[in-house]
Amino acid sequence: MTQFLQLLVGGLSLGAVYALLALGFVVVFRASGVVNFAHPALVLIGAYVTARLALPGSLPFVVALLCGVGAAVLAALAVQRLLVYPMAGKSIIAVSIMTIGVDIVANTEIIRRLGVDALLPMRDPWGNGVVHVAGLTVPQTRLAALTVAVALIAVIFAWFRFSIWGIAMRSVADDPPTAALMGVRRAAVAALAWTLAGVLAAVAGLFLTVFPTPGVAPVTAAAALRAFPAAIIGGLDSTSGAIVGGLIVGVAEVLTQGYADDLFLLGQGFHTVVPYVVMVAVLLVRPAGLFGTRELHRV
Amino acid sequence: MSDLAVTSTASRVPNAEGTSRSRRGRLGRAVKVLAGLTVAATVLVIPLYAERFWLQLAMFAFAAAVAALGLTVLTGQAGQLSLGHSFFVAVGAYGYTLLAADSGRGTVGVALPPVLASVLAVLLAGLAGLLFTPIAARLRGIYLGIATLGLVFGGQHLLFNAGGLSGGSNGRSVPDFAVPGFRFDTAVGETLFVFGVPFQRPEKLWYLGLAVTAAAYLVSRSIIRGRLGRALRAINHRELMAGVIGVPVTRYKGYAFLLSSMYAGLGGVLLAVAYGRIVPDTFGFDLAVAYLLMVVIGGLGSPGGAIVGAAFVTCLPAILERYADSVPGLALPGAEGISPAVAAKLAFGAAVIALLLFEPGGAAAVGGRIRKGVLRRVRRS
Repeated sequence: MTQFLQLLVGGLSLGAVYALLALGFVVVFRASGVVNFAHPALVLIGAYVTARLALPGSLPFVVALLCGVGAAVLAALAVQRLLVYPMAGKSIIAVSIMTIGVDIVANTEIIRRLGVDALLPMRDPWGNGVVHVAGLTVPQTRLAALTVAVALIAVIFAWFRFSIWGIAMRSVADDPPTAALMGVRRAAVAALAWTLAGVLAAVAGLFLTVFPTPGVAPVTAAAALRAFPAAIIGGLDSTSGAIVGGLIVGVAEVLTQGYADDLFLLGQGFHTVVPYVVMVAVLLVRPAGLFGTRELHRV
Repeated sequence: MSDLAVTSTASRVPNAEGTSRSRRGRLGRAVKVLAGLTVAATVLVIPLYAERFWLQLAMFAFAAAVAALGLTVLTGQAGQLSLGHSFFVAVGAYGYTLLAADSGRGTVGVALPPVLASVLAVLLAGLAGLLFTPIAARLRGIYLGIATLGLVFGGQHLLFNAGGLSGGSNGRSVPDFAVPGFRFDTAVGETLFVFGVPFQRPEKLWYLGLAVTAAAYLVSRSIIRGRLGRALRAINHRELMAGVIGVPVTRYKGYAFLLSSMYAGLGGVLLAVAYGRIVPDTFGFDLAVAYLLMVVIGGLGSPGGAIVGAAFVTCLPAILERYADSVPGLALPGAEGISPAVAAKLAFGAAVIALLLFEPGGAAAVGGRIRKGVLRRVRRS
């Protein structure tokens, strides 16, 4: 039971990080209709800049993190302004494939910068410290991830709900032409969505590279990729779906990893595949995801 | 064979075909035939002159081209994004190996004749595609792209863990291809000489790859020009309207996925033969993205473009590595500087971005424009 609870906390914490990623992904899709395959690249850029600047004796960690967030936001805005915006009206497949090109370029460059070790430790303030709560031993990093993610998600949802920009974003997602006719600046909304995605990617990047993972490495991109099934499980156009999808993926992954000995029949390293298995199972039953808008056409 | 080359210059842009055919006239046709015959003659004599390095590289390009032809039908014509193409390539490659190899230490094999094994491997890939159609046929393009990610990661997981099939992460050697009465490997003591050139494995495989690619090209072209291709373009353009005019959307999307997975299987068989030894690491996400790069660089939906794109994506890293000394800024792995593999990846990413921004038709559109320019000049003179 203790083990289960411990894994559950770990899973929820990882799930919250995935939820941040999936949320950024969904927000971009809703605002500009693009499936942003460069999202893992934003994660890597944010984590890389944070880790590089947080070397001992240089900037304080918080400042480094802010710089990482800034770098990811700049990259996201550059992609949106220079590449996605000029492609408006082209097929969504073409734009999405273009973001794959962006992902390749950014990924290759950062992995090259990581050098021969292909590893850059994240010098975060938590290190490998643990907290004992009610008989459970939980790494500090996991608690920090959970707290930060929940706070961020709460702020963003409140902002969607109440702020004028949040309402603008929802209206664009609902019906782009009508929103434009009502005076909503779609270009500004799209830029805002990409900014948000950059912030979320950088924060998630931090928590994907702290303890228990060794640091920024090529596998970080693979971990970030698991936010895609999270977004699909929830439904690509549903923000609350992204949260649910992220939590499902995180809990499933950590539980299969924790009980790997009992699941040895499924093979080694099954936890990295679980998100995709869950996604395929969900898609079989609901082709638009759990909370996605179902398109109804009668012919 | 010359048939391939004659037609290969035609219809690089399948969507625009037929509109200007009558205007092109007899002179244009003569130029086309001439150009086609030149290409055919060139590809047929290449093994007599080219070094082994190029022939071996070409076999990989042929394998990539066959798989890319399938993806260009699925993504370019039907508008269904697939990031799982490497899974079906793996099914073809491992299917062939499993069916053609003998049982060895820790590995299973059926020891069928290679021709039968490759046909069955293609059917196996088709079956795998068919099993995924409940998802593939119902999802719209972009969702499918992410859903197929699951195939790649799931498939690779299976390969790493099914040691009897794949030999685990160390890989497994692939039996050489052979047709009854003719072997495609280097047989000691019975080397075939053609015009005084010893024909060994690379030379023989060149013709095998060429023949399979030519056949795959012709089939894909006739599919694109035929009823299925038209239906898929209608679905791509607007699913609802396609349904209204009587296209069974779900069924045809399933066909496209099935077709593309069988093409991938055939490409997998060729890839396995080209490698001679296959490891599960090969068939990952990067390979799936590579196929996508090929069809985008070649021009989405164009079979000729898919072949050009496959050649480009397959050959660029090897060529950069071979000439790393003479390219400024490049360094061999281990030395300071940008390694050829990294440089090639950056080039692919940049090429895809630039092409989609400035020339979404890819190499096919560029080629089409050059061809039109040449024809105009010929006609004027």
